[in-house]
Amino acid sequence: MSDVVEKTLTALPSLLSLDSQPGSAKLSTNSKLGSLIRGITELTSKHEEEKLIQRELSSIKEQVSSPNTTMRQMKELMVRTIYCEMLGYEATFSYIHAIKLAQQGNVLEKRVGYLAVSLFLNESHELLLLLVNTVLKDLQSTNLIEVCMALTVVSQMFPKDMIPAILPLVEEKLNHSKEIIRRKAVLALYKFYLIAPNQVQHIHNRFRKALCDKDPGVMSASLHIYLQLIQENPESYKDLTASFVTILKQVVAGKLPMDFNYHSVPAPWLQIQLLRILSLLGKSDQSTSEVMYEILDESLRRAEMNHNITYAILYECVKCIYTIHPKSELLEKAAKVIGNFVLSQRINLKYLGLKALTYVVHQDPRLALQHQMTIIECLDHPDVIIKRETLELLFRITNDQNVTVIVEKMLDFMSINKEDHTTADLVGKVAELAEKYAPDNEWFVETMNTVFSVGGDTLQPDIPNSFLKLLSEGFDDEEENKKLRLFAVNSYISLLQGEPSKLPQRFLQAICWVLGEYSHLREDVEPDLVLRLLVKLLNIKSTSSETKSWILMAMTKLCSGGAPLSVPLEVSETYSSSMDTMLRQRAQELQYLSQNPELQARVLPRGVSQEPMEVDSSLSFLDGFVSEALAAGAAPYKPPHQRQEELSRSKALSLEPYGLSLPISMSSCSIADRQSPTLLSVSSGLSGDRTDHSHKGGSTTLKLDGVRRVWGKEGYLAQRESAEETAPVEAPSPLQPLVQQGDGDASYSQTPTPIPECEQEKQQLASSLFVGLASQSSVCLMGKSEQTSQRFRRKLKDPAASFPSSTQNPLVSPPSSVGHLLLDSSISSDLISSPEQTHLSSVDLTVANGEVELPDRDMKGIKSTLLREDSALAAGSSPHEELDRPKDSCLTSHLPAELSGLPHSEITPLCTSPSLDLSSCHVQKDDSLVLLVFMKSSSDYDIQQIQVQVTCEELEVSCVCDSPVEELKSHGVVVCQYFLTVKSPSVYFVLSGMMSHQIPDNSLQETQFSHRIPLTSFLRPLRLSTEEYGTMWLAFSHDTKQNLPLMMDAEEPLTATLKVLKDKLQLHVVEIIGNEGIVACCLRQDQPCLLHCRVHAGMLAVWLRSPIPELPDCLLYHCQRALQES
Amino acid sequence: MIKAILIFNNHGKPRLSKFYEHFNEDIEQQIIRETFHLVSKRDENVCNFLEGGMLIGGSDYKLIYRHYATLYFVFCVDSSESELGILDLIQVFVETLDKCFENVCELDLIFHVDKVHHILAEMVMGGMVLETNMNEIITQVDLQNKMEKSELLLADKCSFA
Repeated sequence: MSDVVEKTLTALPSLLSLDSQPGSAKLSTNSKLGSLIRGITELTSKHEEEKLIQRELSSIKEQVSSPNTTMRQMKELMVRTIYCEMLGYEATFSYIHAIKLAQQGNVLEKRVGYLAVSLFLNESHELLLLLVNTVLKDLQSTNLIEVCMALTVVSQMFPKDMIPAILPLVEEKLNHSKEIIRRKAVLALYKFYLIAPNQVQHIHNRFRKALCDKDPGVMSASLHIYLQLIQENPESYKDLTASFVTILKQVVAGKLPMDFNYHSVPAPWLQIQLLRILSLLGKSDQSTSEVMYEILDESLRRAEMNHNITYAILYECVKCIYTIHPKSELLEKAAKVIGNFVLSQRINLKYLGLKALTYVVHQDPRLALQHQMTIIECLDHPDVIIKRETLELLFRITNDQNVTVIVEKMLDFMSINKEDHTTADLVGKVAELAEKYAPDNEWFVETMNTVFSVGGDTLQPDIPNSFLKLLSEGFDDEEENKKLRLFAVNSYISLLQGEPSKLPQRFLQAICWVLGEYSHLREDVEPDLVLRLLVKLLNIKSTSSETKSWILMAMTKLCSGGAPLSVPLEVSETYSSSMDTMLRQRAQELQYLSQNPELQARVLPRGVSQEPMEVDSSLSFLDGFVSEALAAGAAPYKPPHQRQEELSRSKALSLEPYGLSLPISMSSCSIADRQSPTLLSVSSGLSGDRTDHSHKGGSTTLKLDGVRRVWGKEGYLAQRESAEETAPVEAPSPLQPLVQQGDGDASYSQTPTPIPECEQEKQQLASSLFVGLASQSSVCLMGKSEQTSQRFRRKLKDPAASFPSSTQNPLVSPPSSVGHLLLDSSISSDLISSPEQTHLSSVDLTVANGEVELPDRDMKGIKSTLLREDSALAAGSSPHEELDRPKDSCLTSHLPAELSGLPHSEITPLCTSPSLDLSSCHVQKDDSLVLLVFMKSSSDYDIQQIQVQVTCEELEVSCVCDSPVEELKSHGVVVCQYFLTVKSPSVYFVLSGMMSHQIPDNSLQETQFSHRIPLTSFLRPLRLSTEEYGTMWLAFSHDTKQNLPLMMDAEEPLTATLKVLKDKLQLHVVEIIGNEGIVACCLRQDQPCLLHCRVHAGMLAVWLRSPIPELPDCLLYHCQRALQES
Repeated sequence: MIKAILIFNNHGKPRLSKFYEHFNEDIEQQIIRETFHLVSKRDENVCNFLEGGMLIGGSDYKLIYRHYATLYFVFCVDSSESELGILDLIQVFVETLDKCFENVCELDLIFHVDKVHHILAEMVMGGMVLETNMNEIITQVDLQNKMEKSELLLADKCSFA
């Protein structure tokens, strides 16, 4: 068949040039599209084509807007426009006409209209709203084809907000009598699930019905949904395992109609899909896995036919077998299949074989060993993709014995590969390997040099960071440290003496840092020489201003060595008038410190051991300053995301009613630029670091170097994770007795296969590549990081050194701390409060961060009100608290019956008017918070038409009874209930309200009030198992870290502290192990927040994660308060 | 999920482009160019899989392609699709085109872009594989073509009247 296609296609060129030939008769040569295409093929340059198409488009434009154009002509015009758009010429004018065609044409014209719409528009295009009605109409049409078209366009793109409008209709189609409609409806619903999962929550059982549909096509469409659902949450679908197995059994046994066969393989795509689902279900679940062993075996056996598609099934089978709970027989068979793939002459299969090997190699390193010669051959394969995949495999089997060979191979590949993406990826891998397994200093530094120069500026920023960190923290052996640093210095000096202008900026920055910190180690080199090298660098045109500030910092450090001052002075002179504030700041520092050796010695002490600096991340030393500023009427601090939100709100109308209007970049920003709620805006102003805040500036931004290390080697969760990962691995070892491991050994040392002479070189390579694999296979099983002979093992100063919250960014190590510099120098003394003010009472801290609604009040007043957590701040008249108190108690009896048993807050007065007293309290229900507003008449007459409105930006307020209270008897009490749910978390929620009522002379009296509710009232314990916690933790992206005070006087500080948090904030303590504890809570079911607590250096290092960006910060604030109060 | 389906000829001229994920017009053209660049410099005896490169989103994405005489058929998919499965899907697509156009050639694709799109829509819907059975696809397409014929007849009659 493909031969036929090929023949026809080769005949093409002749057809194109001679259109009078009979072969082209079937083509509509006389159409306008025909002449357009002919016109294009005759052209020789891109420029001519552009002119021709523009001409064409303007003529189309004219015709589509003419009222005389019939729909039929319109259809033809649309096809031409589609052609032009495909060539990359925009025809925006036609979009509206495409929609019109879909609306008004007959079925065929409609079809082209829909096609054009789906090609031109995207789901966020505003014109798409005009299509909603058409889709609605067509979904209700009796014409099958129209329904199909509507379903197709809906699954291609549909505005998210409009899904509810058509959802019932699409749902209805699940019961349609035609299977094609049912099938398309299932896929459309899947698409809805992908873009708005909440909308289709209620029809999950309908999906089950689709799975049981009598038509196999509908069933296989529903597998798309299940694959996704199971991926997200395998636990909830374990009960379906048996059904999937049965379906697969039937398919494999050929029970489906012959129609579904492809090259006499029964429904191969369906089989692939099912195998994927099974592997998700069986992953680390023995009992579920056992259900599928039989069918997997059967699948392997049946798929023996020698066709492409059977290999596809085999590949899925193998992956499944290695993913689920292992069974030795199956593993053996699967290993054989992988072997066939790898050894296959077909390149596609070889590729998949390598992929499969990569996938299984950490479970079964012997398999790689068996195929070592093939792998070596693949390294020299003419296909880069195969090479790339082989390197990936080698990366996985690297250990300290073969690292040099593997890294060399990787660097070789990079030197011929020109693709940025691959380079960036590989460079990262080389850096990782070098750091883990470097055999000696020279090799390490040289490899890193190559990494930096090849990686260029596409390098991920964590590579230089962790490199510098490694240099600064060093290892256990001080002598060795010195050697490494010295070697780095030597290497860099010679690099700078060469042609530094060719080096990438990131590399230069690292060089500068190293020279600044460590060039004094080389006694034979004058600091002056280094300084001159740096000046040379400064004068190179291509040096970026970021690099320049690194250079200036390095110079600042160098000056302390008693170097002649002429050079630095000259430089600082030049740059202190730079336009770049960052540079100017650095120049000032340089100038000031180089002239003041005493200060220099204090700020940048040399040769001190680099103990992690105590960082007051809450910036409590600024509290005094802040409270002064607030008292003077300054606006309270708002976190950046809130500021951004307000800014965007004021700029443009938000079309989404409840959508989160945060720009995406903000959420990523909140990851990198973590700021506690106690961090005040003043601080960012002070540090002066505009551009590289995350790099060097903020001592608050503790930068992490990569996820793996973040967990810490002995971190509890890390262990859990690796345990989960290696679970299927460890299990087979009893099944595969030790003898086999011995085999592995032998295959390496004795090289069992007879070797032809020419192969000797390869054999040598193989032995250097696969060395250590067999002998250490048991070690490998536990994961590479466990290797004992790792060279650059981080010095573990204290058990928590690798824990993220205490990890120091090497760039903010003590000698270069900006914070110190600022504090000690006089530059900013007028901006920052003096150190005496550092420790303020917690009350003041609260004031600084809490909402201060009444700037004109004196500090004392605020303090007293804020001390009472839930007190109200009356806006109208000043509250007569002492007077009201006795009255409150009697209001308790007015609590609604259904709420009376639940915990409620103190009843506090809201406001008073001459005739009415308003008080409120909130009641915590299991799933929500109810605000009660008590209206108590204090007048002698009846009050009419009382209306109370309560609003809050961050909360969703729904009133239980919306109608105004008609009448309030004299001295009577009426209660209003409001349900509150959190829209976006905040430390405190300020509800503002307005009460209006009629007084006897018929005039309307209005009173405003406000009420504050802390976030804690909304917190509920989230009961999780440790496993669930683990999976959730990985899924959340917004995190925050901070140190909290620990209750040291208790017998078990961690348990005691967590208990306080549990009692005060209603958190759920999931588990406590050793000096770590995991805690969970939520606002609503879909707004969880997870805490990972760890005792470190007398503090509680807390790491919070949540899907809600603001939640960790807010919760942290309350944790802090709870602990300070106790 | 299938992210995009591209067909271009040996000179990189696009013959069909269908994106199931939204990209800017410029980016789309860039993707077509980059894909052509990647695919065209590959020899005949190498594998049919490629990594997506920068534009179309990192190492999770794959380009799976087949070369037929003057045309390249490229599917850009994420990791949830089976490589060999997609490779055969391309074969099904081409065979279907061949049936529908009776010995398909590049010109068919040029002059009947809309029809090719309609056939494709019966196979892949919103990035998900809808139908892999060639006969079923052809039945659906025929159903629509029949209607086209009857409508043309009707239109002719009307014009006579």
